Amino acid sequence: MSDECVLSQKFKIEGGNFGNAGKASTSIKEILKEIGIDPSIVIRASIAIYEAEMNVVMYAKKGIITLNITPEELHLKLEDEGQGIADIYQAMKEGFSTATNEMREMGFGAGMGLPNIKKNADRFEITSIPGKGTTLDIIFYLNKTGNQ
Amino acid sequence: MKIKEIIEKLQLKPLAGQENLDVDVTGGYTSDLLSDVIANSKEGNLWITLQIHQNIIAVARLKDLAGIIIVNNREPDEDTLKKANEENVPVLCCQEMAFEISGKLYELIS
Repeated sequence: MSDECVLSQKFKIEGGNFGNAGKASTSIKEILKEIGIDPSIVIRASIAIYEAEMNVVMYAKKGIITLNITPEELHLKLEDEGQGIADIYQAMKEGFSTATNEMREMGFGAGMGLPNIKKNADRFEITSIPGKGTTLDIIFYLNKTGNQ
Repeated sequence: MKIKEIIEKLQLKPLAGQENLDVDVTGGYTSDLLSDVIANSKEGNLWITLQIHQNIIAVARLKDLAGIIIVNNREPDEDTLKKANEENVPVLCCQEMAFEISGKLYELIS
């Protein structure tokens, strides 16, 4: 992995603010499109970062996404301060959700968030400290296309 | 087929984003789960849903959807329409339930 960063930018997410939810993801998508990232990667990255952003909005106090692009990879790092995840293995299971009824009525909390991130990323790492927060590393390789 | 033709043929009521009705519709996607729409809808799709809160606009923008059809004559929140106008996302309303309007749209554009 090269350290030569072509682009680096940070985006703030406010926990509980549904009015601004999706803003960071949309900005990131626009940037990726603008700089000419492969459209199939733009779609996968948009799906993954939207899910990650919504998790912060729903469960954390605040979070920061750092977008780093090198010639080899697109790296989205999300660090949040919040309740964290007690059992990551369980949280990664499709259909598992701790969403409230209110969130479910809004069409969230399908238990698809983390699995969707994993499915779309080329590499996905998640660490969490309960009571403190969660860190996600979502990585896409830019030099191969047609991967899943 | 362009959204404005679909509006006419299916007698949909445009509620917001009227400046963006010249877009070509590539298909439809019917779902009320946001993660499902994020994962599986395609660019240019018309999204059929009963969700009326403002987060549907971010989803439509993120996936470059052609617009949103809200079913059962449900009235979107004011915030939703405001955001739709800001982001130029057409929001259309119909009196049919999701099953019926999906069938009509499918017949019309497939």
